[in-house]
Amino acid sequence: MAKSVVGASSHEAMTRADVKRAIVRIAHEIIERNHGVEGLAIVGLQRGGTWIAKEIAAQINDIEKSVTVPVGALDVSLHRDDIGIRPVSLGAISDIPFDLSGATVVLVDDVLFTGRTVRAAMEGLNNYGRPRAVQLAVLVDRGHRELPIRPDFVGKNLPTHIGDEVAATSDGVTVTPGSQASR
Amino acid sequence: MTKSIVIKGGTIVNRSSEQALDLKIENGLVEQIGKNLKGEVYLDASGCVVSSGFVDLHAHLREPGKEEAETIETGSRAGALGGYTALVAMPNTDPPQDSVAVIDFVREQGKRAALVEVVPSGCITLGRQGESLAPMAELAAAGVSLFTDDGSGVQDASLMRRALEYARGLGVTLAQHCEVAELTKGAVMNECQCCTNLGLPGWPAIAEELMVFRDIELVRITGATMHFLHLSTKRSVELVRAAKRDGLPITAEVTPHHLSLTEELLTSYDPVFKVNPPLRSMHDIAALKAGLIDGTIDAIATDHAPHPRRDKEMSLDMAPPGMLGLETALGVVLAEGACEVRDVVALMSWNPAKIARVDDRHGLDLVAGAVANICVFDPEIKWKVDPERMASKSINTPYIGRSLKGRVRHTIFNGATTVVDGQAQR
Amino acid sequence: MKHLLAIDELGLDGLNALLNLTDHMVEINQRPVPKVPALRGRTVASLFFEDSTRTRLSFETAAKRLSADTMTFNVSTSSVNKGESLRDTVATITDMGVDAFVVRHKSVGIPWQISEWTKASIINAGDGAHQHPTQALVDCYTIREATHAKSFSGMHMVIVGDIKHSRVARSNIQAFSMLGAAVTLVAPPTLLPPDVSHWPVSVSHNLDDVLPQTDVLYMLRLQSERMAQGHVPTLREYSEQYGLTQKRVMNLQAQAIVMHPGPMNRGVEMQIDPSDVKNSLIHRQVANGVAVRMAVLFDLLGSGSNLAGQA
Repeated sequence: MAKSVVGASSHEAMTRADVKRAIVRIAHEIIERNHGVEGLAIVGLQRGGTWIAKEIAAQINDIEKSVTVPVGALDVSLHRDDIGIRPVSLGAISDIPFDLSGATVVLVDDVLFTGRTVRAAMEGLNNYGRPRAVQLAVLVDRGHRELPIRPDFVGKNLPTHIGDEVAATSDGVTVTPGSQASR
Repeated sequence: MTKSIVIKGGTIVNRSSEQALDLKIENGLVEQIGKNLKGEVYLDASGCVVSSGFVDLHAHLREPGKEEAETIETGSRAGALGGYTALVAMPNTDPPQDSVAVIDFVREQGKRAALVEVVPSGCITLGRQGESLAPMAELAAAGVSLFTDDGSGVQDASLMRRALEYARGLGVTLAQHCEVAELTKGAVMNECQCCTNLGLPGWPAIAEELMVFRDIELVRITGATMHFLHLSTKRSVELVRAAKRDGLPITAEVTPHHLSLTEELLTSYDPVFKVNPPLRSMHDIAALKAGLIDGTIDAIATDHAPHPRRDKEMSLDMAPPGMLGLETALGVVLAEGACEVRDVVALMSWNPAKIARVDDRHGLDLVAGAVANICVFDPEIKWKVDPERMASKSINTPYIGRSLKGRVRHTIFNGATTVVDGQAQR
Repeated sequence: MKHLLAIDELGLDGLNALLNLTDHMVEINQRPVPKVPALRGRTVASLFFEDSTRTRLSFETAAKRLSADTMTFNVSTSSVNKGESLRDTVATITDMGVDAFVVRHKSVGIPWQISEWTKASIINAGDGAHQHPTQALVDCYTIREATHAKSFSGMHMVIVGDIKHSRVARSNIQAFSMLGAAVTLVAPPTLLPPDVSHWPVSVSHNLDDVLPQTDVLYMLRLQSERMAQGHVPTLREYSEQYGLTQKRVMNLQAQAIVMHPGPMNRGVEMQIDPSDVKNSLIHRQVANGVAVRMAVLFDLLGSGSNLAGQA
């Protein structure tokens, strides 16, 4: 969805350092919540969630030196509920080279919005086995949920207007005001 | 007594004259030609050519046997709308026209419709099976003068030789559909680059030319009169040209579609373009047109071949070949601009009347005393084909949406109007 | 894309897009549960007027893995044999609510004709000796997978056998040349179309001459009725001149690939077991069949590329 930013005043909601700190905190919280890393797997959502998933896994591996947490990537395009309603552009190919049966899977995405992507992801995960539990980590929760989905780990709660554009990278998080009717 | 008719304001085209005069018809005959003639009914012919009615050497009227596609009445009406006053009915009916009973039936149905003269052709072989001769003498005695197995050619060279010998004794003409069947098994379209792309078995030109050559040589040794139906290839024209140069008693026809449509149309997968012989190349069209101009080709004949919608809504290979022709022939020929208007009259009226041996009543010069079989057509008017408004029972015309040039305004058959202002009268 | 009727109608971009999409479908097929809900609520009808269990199963599996409903129209028990016209049959099935027809017919052009009679998408699963676009996509994908080459530029494809009657050959000649390969056809003149001068191919009548310069050797099936039709004197003679023997395999370059669209005629065009050929991709062709057809179905029914057309 190409969007003109001409005349729009973006503001920085998180700096590069904020993002880094949030990821470190989330890594700690994941270990704490799960009493360690036994049976833990991290799956990032294509495309915005994959780099965060890798960062979180690296932090966890750094903290818990005994194990290496497996990291996967999931493209949810073919699990979405709006196929046939809006054009689909597929992300990178899913890559989950391990069995999820019995694992505690932490789904990772950059921005949690309506919740539809996460719903699709939970369905997609089932193709790879039956996880013992699924948890959700997001860098930013911007509100406006359309489904009963709640994150377990949040970098920052960020109130937004529904039409705003939120961009999250390792360099920071910016919000660009958009029209109210765009979604 | 029918009312006297005066055709006003047209140009009367005869073999040796073109005169802007009125023409009066009374009691089935041309009564008078002159200026400011008076009569009871007037037909406006301003801007039009007034010529003898057209004669089609090649119409499939489908009755008896396939009345779902066409009847003699609907075919006759289509003919009248196309300016025809005589149609030679092809013999591939069911039962075929190989007995006096069927010949009489076809002729009687024509008389009943009374829109054109229906001239039945007879089969060369019994049941068009290509195995033994039909009772040609009996059929000739019943008035048949043109014999053909059209729909297929007589494959057996020895049988064809005997047929020609027999025909010579009877003084009748044999007309051949030239197609060596072994070379066209399963064929759908001309053997060409398109057919290579489509993966369809090709219909090679040589399948026609071999039989043209064979029959020319058989005519040479038998001395019988021979007419070649729907020639479609360059070499066929060349063979006939050479044979005529040798003085052989040979005539030939082409169809309007072989003068106007090419093989590429089959890439639309629309079976309306499937015809036998198949549409050929631009190259062949040029040769056919040259043949029209130098007299190698004597006649333009329609090969009017109606098929019900159901039969044409099939795949290319399953659909039967054939397309309508009677109502569009003039418009197609003039739109192609292949020859002058008076050549068109020669090719569609004078010459075919002679080949069909109906030239005592059709294809006559329009002079006082001639039988009033007349076509009045506007050679310049442009029009588009509307299948819904055609008189034929079928709609398998390839010309839907195409712009044609030249259209029949009035047709008079035996002194009575069958078409007035482009509308069939009955 | 509304229909998939012929390779050349795709264009190079369309061809590449489908091959890229196939990568996703291959991943789905490798999952423990190889099924996604992408085409839930869509119905795909197989309309096979010519037997081909392999192709039909491949399409139906593809449709099911995308969660589409499938319908199989069985011609032998259908009203087509009771005089119902093909057009009526298509209209009837369309009325049941079909989003796509997968059509296989012995007659050239049927998929195009059907596309005029229904609003559903049409996939040509083989029409006469004309086109078989999904087979060509499978073959291109399989070569791409084996060589990791997205362009076939610089590659030499050699198609051997009954080109004249082969829809696979016609589709592959188009696809291989679109992707940049050089194509040589090897067959006796009787098994070539009468005029191929306008095709982007070279022609040879001697397989042994061509083998050392071959990158992909594509063997076509020779049907035994070609002998009765006089295209070849005997199958033995054909096999000697154009069959793949152990000796001929030895003459191939080390990295050359061998392919066959199946079903194979052992002892005719394949004188050896394909598993004896080091670089045979014949099994990969079958395996990739489902993924390629998933990509095609998804592109037609799920990608949203037709949204404007459907509105």
